[in-house]
Amino acid sequence: MLPILARRMAACRRAVPPLAAAAPAIRRPFSASAVAASDKLFVHRDTPDNNETVPFEFTSQNLARAREIMKKYPPQYKKAATLPLLDLAQRQNGWTSIATMNYIAKMLDVPPMRVYEVATFYTMYNREPVGKYFLQVCTTTPCQLCGSDEILDTIQKHLGIKVGETTKDKTFTLVEVECAGACVNAPVLAVNDDYFEDLTSEATIKILDELKKGGSPKPGPVSGRQNCEPKAGLTSLTTPPTGPGFGIRKDL
Amino acid sequence: MLAATLRRSSAVLRPAAVRSPLRIQRATLATAAPDTSSRTCGGLSDQDRIFTNLYGKHDFRLAGALKRGDWYKTKEIILKGDTWIIDEMKASGLRGRGGAGFPSGLKWSFMNKPGGPDGRPRYLVVNADEGEPGTCKDREIMRHDPHKLVEGCLLAGRAMNANAAYIYIRGEFYNEASHLQEAINEAYKAGLIGKNACGSGFDFDVYVHRGAGAYICGEETSLIESIEGKAGKPRLKPPFPADVGLFGCPTTVANVETVAVAPTILRRGGSWFAGMGRARNSGTKLFCISGHVNNPCTVEEEMSIPLRDLIEKHCGGIRGGWDNLLGIIPGGSSVPVLPKKMCEEVLMDFDSLRDAQSGLGTAAVIVMDKSTDIVQAISRLSAFYQHESCGQCTPCREGTGWLANMMRRFETGDAKMSEIDMIEELSRQIEGHTICALVRTVT
Repeated sequence: MLPILARRMAACRRAVPPLAAAAPAIRRPFSASAVAASDKLFVHRDTPDNNETVPFEFTSQNLARAREIMKKYPPQYKKAATLPLLDLAQRQNGWTSIATMNYIAKMLDVPPMRVYEVATFYTMYNREPVGKYFLQVCTTTPCQLCGSDEILDTIQKHLGIKVGETTKDKTFTLVEVECAGACVNAPVLAVNDDYFEDLTSEATIKILDELKKGGSPKPGPVSGRQNCEPKAGLTSLTTPPTGPGFGIRKDL
Repeated sequence: MLAATLRRSSAVLRPAAVRSPLRIQRATLATAAPDTSSRTCGGLSDQDRIFTNLYGKHDFRLAGALKRGDWYKTKEIILKGDTWIIDEMKASGLRGRGGAGFPSGLKWSFMNKPGGPDGRPRYLVVNADEGEPGTCKDREIMRHDPHKLVEGCLLAGRAMNANAAYIYIRGEFYNEASHLQEAINEAYKAGLIGKNACGSGFDFDVYVHRGAGAYICGEETSLIESIEGKAGKPRLKPPFPADVGLFGCPTTVANVETVAVAPTILRRGGSWFAGMGRARNSGTKLFCISGHVNNPCTVEEEMSIPLRDLIEKHCGGIRGGWDNLLGIIPGGSSVPVLPKKMCEEVLMDFDSLRDAQSGLGTAAVIVMDKSTDIVQAISRLSAFYQHESCGQCTPCREGTGWLANMMRRFETGDAKMSEIDMIEELSRQIEGHTICALVRTVT
């Protein structure tokens, strides 16, 4: 037997109250399941700011948006709007509380559980409050090769928080995310919806400081290149684009 | 992949043990006739590039797109009919750009079954859930050339006789989705899509659906589940989406790049596209080169360009010179690593990379130089797959965790020698015992 399991069992035996030990009515084999190794708790726990009684409703502007969204899908498949509506609710509320999920479920005529399933499956729904700036550092291999671990360390040190934590003033929340899909511009930091690319430690600190001051730093690569072109100069697309009808086949 | 990589990485350390990369393949039924042309591919001219605004130097909106030749004679193409479009796509030899490389013309033809329409609507779903580590090509299309994609949706939709297209874009790409939505709004306003699209009498709608952060939604059936408003867990096939797909209707899922190149192919002719690259691997392709190169970039090049040429020409070479190369992942994290010796000879196309026992995948080239801890790099990828397993099938849900834990032990040096064999055995146990192909890429 694994030593850790043996220790746990011993601890468990010690913890059993004497009364229960005296009457072993049902014998169950001892088993211990692995600790759930997920980033987040999947179970909802009522807290003062996250329970069913906290009111949530779309603003009239968002209600109009929600109706537009629902028009995209066939009327008998209203449920299809779950993802976009949850996103809209999160944008209004700042995070996805149980009240917002219930509200969406009611709006789409589905059992609340169907919405909970979606909200727990996808990583972009924050089921706990996050700071004003939601910092998402990509640390998947292409970014890691280009030094994303260093960027992560820099942010942790500079803000004094660890991954998954929020600063005391509720300005920044830091998370580690999987591939952000901007690998040629690695390392990448997403602040809310904007990508900051080609980062270095100094550039990251500059961005954080500017955000702290309430500024809005310019998203995109910080290395001076415009987008995803080679930074040493163009190797393709150096001539003006061809116009309408260029090289068109004869029978059109 | 893990076990294979471990073996290969040790081969890198001991050059004598490297197998001859171009060993002769045993001919099987699936073996293509050898390509006898001796031309070295690459060196695509700007006139043959499809994505002329790849770097966002020009206007992405309708006015700019029209100037670059988008939406030119779209009506005439629509009026040529579905068979003409599909034949032209078949003639072009275009293979799906999402990774599997299935011939696009053939795939589109599955939607037009003999017997005619059965009364159900049909859907085209565009897979813009770009999440494969290393891949960032669709992002550039959507934010800099969105009209190519919208026009592609219309033409592909015409070929399949579809009623609407849903573009499933990953949730993190908020700005890209905004650009795309703007392009769609412009196209509706100009009468290019919607009722009587381009004045052709064909009705076609295009919708954007944003995801919410799940790699697995790049798998076609889980993508469909996700549009339907459920957790993105893959469905069992059959029935295939072409029979029962989105909302229970015939559906075809295609990659952004596949759809976006279609209008240019149809305008310039399938033979133009087929004239580039080797036989069976025709056309141009967006390559994203990331990692330890001097100038990481996304670039459109001819298929079958030698990997080394691609890196030397567009990326300014490997950091510290070619001899500093350790290995390259040529097609996104799902394909095996190529050791340096193979990198020198391999061509960037489906067949050459398959023969090298890797794959073209999404053509996302991840370069690793000798400073890389390959075990750490692979360990990070295992952690990625553990995180992104949807949890539906037990072998994958549990197995990816085991693999990741083992890799972490390898990384820290706490593993036993016997675990190398164990990891191989484990990966064989997982592979093929699940609904989707996620674990095939893991192992």
